Amino acid sequence: MSTRLATGGRLLDTSKPLNFTFNGKHMRGLAGDTLASALLANDQMLMGRSFKYHRPRGVVASGAEEPNGLVHLGDEATFEPNQRVTTTSLFEGLKAKSQNHWPSLEFDVGAINKHLSRFLPAGFYYKMFMYPRSFWKHVYEPVIRKSAGLGAAPKTRDEDTYEHFYAFCDVLVVGGGVAGLEAARTAGLSGARVILVEQTDHWGGRAPVDGGMIDGASVDDYITKTLAALEGMDNVDIRLRTMGAGVYDHGYALAYEQLTDHQPDATGPRHRLWRIRAAQIITATGAIERPLSFAGNDIPGVMLASAVRDYVVNYGVSVGDRTVVVTNNDNAYLTAIALKHAGLNVPVILDARVLPEDRGLVAQAKALGIRVMMGHAISSVKGGKRVTSVEICSQAGEGAVLEEIPCDAVAMSGGWSPVVHLWSHCGGKLRWDTGLACFSPDLDNPPKGADGMTFVTPAGAASGMFALDDVLHDAFAAADGVLTCLDMKVPSGVTSPVAERREESPMAPIWMMPHGASAKLREKAWLDYQNDVKVSDVRLAAQEGFVSVEHAKRYTTLGMATDQGKLSNINGLATLAGALGADIPTVGTTTFRPPYHPISLASIAGEAKDHVFQPIRRTPMHDWHEANGAEFEPVGQWRRPYAFKRGGESTHDAVMREVTNTRQKLGMLDASTLGKIIVKGPDAGKFLDMMYTNMMSTLKPGKCRYGLMCSENGFLIDDGVVARIDDDTWLCHTTTGGAESIHAHMEEWLQTEWWDWKVYVANVTEQYAQVAVVGPNARTALEKLGGMDVSKEAIGFMEWVDGTLGGFQVRVYRISFSGELSYEIAVDASHGQAFWDALMAVGADLGVMPYGTEALHILRAEKGFIMIGDETDGTVIPQDLGLHWALSKKKDDYLGKRAQERSHMTDPDRWKLVGLETTDGATLPDGAYAVTEGTNANGQRNMIGRVTSTYRSPTLDRGIAMGLVLHGPDRMGEVLTFPGTDGTEYKAKIVDPVFYDKEGEKQNV
Amino acid sequence: MSEPVTALRGATDAAGIVQIREIGPRGMITLRGDLSDKATIKAAVAAGGVNVPEVRHCNTEGESGIAWMSPDEVLIMCPYAEVHARIADLRTKLAKQHSLAVNVSDARALFSVTGPHAREVMAKLSPVDLHVDAFTPGMFRRTRLAQVPAAFWMPQEQTFNIVCFRSVAVYVYDVLKVAAQPGSEVGHF
Repeated sequence: MSTRLATGGRLLDTSKPLNFTFNGKHMRGLAGDTLASALLANDQMLMGRSFKYHRPRGVVASGAEEPNGLVHLGDEATFEPNQRVTTTSLFEGLKAKSQNHWPSLEFDVGAINKHLSRFLPAGFYYKMFMYPRSFWKHVYEPVIRKSAGLGAAPKTRDEDTYEHFYAFCDVLVVGGGVAGLEAARTAGLSGARVILVEQTDHWGGRAPVDGGMIDGASVDDYITKTLAALEGMDNVDIRLRTMGAGVYDHGYALAYEQLTDHQPDATGPRHRLWRIRAAQIITATGAIERPLSFAGNDIPGVMLASAVRDYVVNYGVSVGDRTVVVTNNDNAYLTAIALKHAGLNVPVILDARVLPEDRGLVAQAKALGIRVMMGHAISSVKGGKRVTSVEICSQAGEGAVLEEIPCDAVAMSGGWSPVVHLWSHCGGKLRWDTGLACFSPDLDNPPKGADGMTFVTPAGAASGMFALDDVLHDAFAAADGVLTCLDMKVPSGVTSPVAERREESPMAPIWMMPHGASAKLREKAWLDYQNDVKVSDVRLAAQEGFVSVEHAKRYTTLGMATDQGKLSNINGLATLAGALGADIPTVGTTTFRPPYHPISLASIAGEAKDHVFQPIRRTPMHDWHEANGAEFEPVGQWRRPYAFKRGGESTHDAVMREVTNTRQKLGMLDASTLGKIIVKGPDAGKFLDMMYTNMMSTLKPGKCRYGLMCSENGFLIDDGVVARIDDDTWLCHTTTGGAESIHAHMEEWLQTEWWDWKVYVANVTEQYAQVAVVGPNARTALEKLGGMDVSKEAIGFMEWVDGTLGGFQVRVYRISFSGELSYEIAVDASHGQAFWDALMAVGADLGVMPYGTEALHILRAEKGFIMIGDETDGTVIPQDLGLHWALSKKKDDYLGKRAQERSHMTDPDRWKLVGLETTDGATLPDGAYAVTEGTNANGQRNMIGRVTSTYRSPTLDRGIAMGLVLHGPDRMGEVLTFPGTDGTEYKAKIVDPVFYDKEGEKQNV
Repeated sequence: MSEPVTALRGATDAAGIVQIREIGPRGMITLRGDLSDKATIKAAVAAGGVNVPEVRHCNTEGESGIAWMSPDEVLIMCPYAEVHARIADLRTKLAKQHSLAVNVSDARALFSVTGPHAREVMAKLSPVDLHVDAFTPGMFRRTRLAQVPAAFWMPQEQTFNIVCFRSVAVYVYDVLKVAAQPGSEVGHF
């Protein structure tokens, strides 16, 4: 059994016991524990079930590479699935539940899959579920989706907050082991701005566990001293619980800081995503130990040798009383020695190598009286939910059992792989290190910045330097090199610390144990614990012709689980290489992609949630609208009132009322959102003649003209009224959604094409609150406000005048988008609400009512006015809409003119705008298509038109619509058929699109 | 004429790690023109009451000042009540120069963020190097604040003044409050 030892545990605070639960069971741990060490201290080795076969799973590792120990953490608003026990700090009241099992962790029905495992080989899903095709969607996929997946999705809203932080530095050091500390110290001493991040809650990495002497003192002493030095430097920021997640172009890096995961009651954001611009990045990310591939290597109790050592030394936890160590290198002997020193039993060290002499750690282990069997291996591990014994064989043979040794834990080491992820994210290449049997950063092919210079440098174990002295020297050299790139220098007198060297024998690459393992053993030798990929699966993939590692990965799902193959990738590709008879470097690795370790999606969203999820633009009268029954609709980022509801009125009734009231009495519209762009300069007229299809240069000051704007491809992009302010100044109104894009469109042409034209533009949209005063009583209302002459003679239709109304400085435009007598009045935004209030007051006796965007739409549709976004969709040209009158024939050119002369644009078969009148007065469904005889090549009914706008018109008491119809204007009076989505058919007659006041008498009074 | 009303009527918040205040109204003029032209410089200096600043800088004195916006644009600030007069004056002085001077006072909202953690709060929202050595009083940045365009400067150490569009004043105020939430000190600068 696993248990807490009486002594040891360098990271623990034994004075602070903590209570937590696992699957509802109360357990106790200590401050400093990870959830993994606390569970092991409570003899909870079984922590979950695997993805495919639901095999019992215990913890394998002690860090971020852990594939098995995934749990549900918290509940309700703090619930989170797939949390790693090895990276979760224990806190008082922590609640964890195991996942991927039913009905319980101990007894899991899904585990029957394991008995079917010979029927579920690699690519099983692909092979099995190909036929019949229809079965995939209706039978196979729903079943697979139900049985798949590890953690459950949260059902409650996340109550926590998150944030981003933008930081800039000269040197970002990722990893707070001795290499990172040394690199940060060296860089810091030069005066560079340094950020050092460490993913765990403690400094020093695994060096203190593995021991040694630095400059004649212990590793812990070195760490304490270096930390003190770093903390004393103003130019250095050091952060625990902050993981370097990704490295991107231009020295951009992401770091993920977990602020309150370990103290959930603390105030403040839960995670902070650091968005760092670093001139240089040092990756001191260490190395990860590899498992060995032998039968039964997934049984709970089989762990990485380094993890067994970490639990004993860091957390005072023994994973078993009797631990068999199996290795292909010297490093694992440290585990045997640590266990022995902790008073635990190591029945045997199985070393797959045959060494000529006992040196270093091998000699030390033997001197401690530990039995060492050279050239030996594990044939098979016995046990179900826990290791009970190992069967020993010769590494060279096929697995014939020589001896069975009872034990409750196995510590394995297949060698070490440098963590090259961050080096690789931005293009750093790898080289195969034959001596260490691992991929290391290829220093000749580093990630390079825009200037062609290296911007990522690995240090320590991450660059394939495993001996302590090498680690320190490499880290110092990395910092020195980086400083040179920054034109900085290590101060004279600062040198690398020196560490004591251990005598070491070379490791032996062992990818299968025993070497000639039978098919039966290979079927039980796991490569990927989380996704249940075995040696036999990868070999089958090779046999079936998968030669590319990327293909074999997807076929077998090797390395595709939440751990992204941190333990399985190298073993998997070595197995693939072996099966293909190819070199490992030839087969290569799969691609390393950020993040290094999963980060919360919420941290990526940062502050953007709830009320600040998106910016919402408000006009100066927004609060009034809100207080007066407005139902809002989004228009771009604006919220505009759709209708103002009164009492228990329905939205539809409110819209009908607003339209009728505006036609009969007086309506007020908040038109502040319409874009207003000032265009000024000696060449402004010439410029606007290019921007608009109309002639704008001939407009007289004081006059307004409706204009159309097209893209260079001829399609309509915006429309609006242009007013000429003075000789060289125009004001262009744009659509609500178009203000920013049309402003940018103008700037782009001015800056790139006509840079020598003397024109300045400015977007003054928000400077003004603009109110449309519309209806037969509009003039009376303004006269009641008083201050200026608003008669027909003083301000004719399509004219503007500056003046004062009711004491407000205003600009009054006599323009109409409704067909009624209408003034649009602009006032400085800071006076917008007061002006609106004044209008409401004088309008009270005149039947004033505010109206919203839907009434606006109906009013304009009754008049046959087009709306950008309804009648246009990016494929419509002015000619389609019968707007030939707005296309100047006097001009040589305007944007879109030449495009509109292309053959397709002049095709008489282009659908054209017409009005549509249902034969029975009904309202056509929005977006409905008109159909005709026959079917097209796809078997669909032939279509000859579509509805672009459709409304119930209270003025005409019937449905009215506009649509684009094949040869439409030539077919007046014809009745078209529009199938609805409800099985009914609508009949509509083609008519003129102007339904109301065709002569325009009403607006021109 | 009514009294001018700012977007948030001078809202303030001190519940978090900085003090947030809507200030203003402030007179603001967008002036576009040839910033190397003597007459243009002279007119701008007269309107803003300070010298034309260097690239990515601003000169301010109380409510007046000039901020560099682009190679051909400056933002001139003045008391709100004086903006119409100053624009008229600018237009007169620059009648012969190709230039554009428009009132944008009401198109903007102005905030101040004050306190020892002001740099941190700003660095949570703007991708700007706000290290004490990199951003100092007198500098000016046109950037973004979370999801909206914004510009800011430091009238003095520990205080940022932020200009944004009036329509998003509520968003800016709210997002500043989120960034300043209690317990969110970073300790980086």
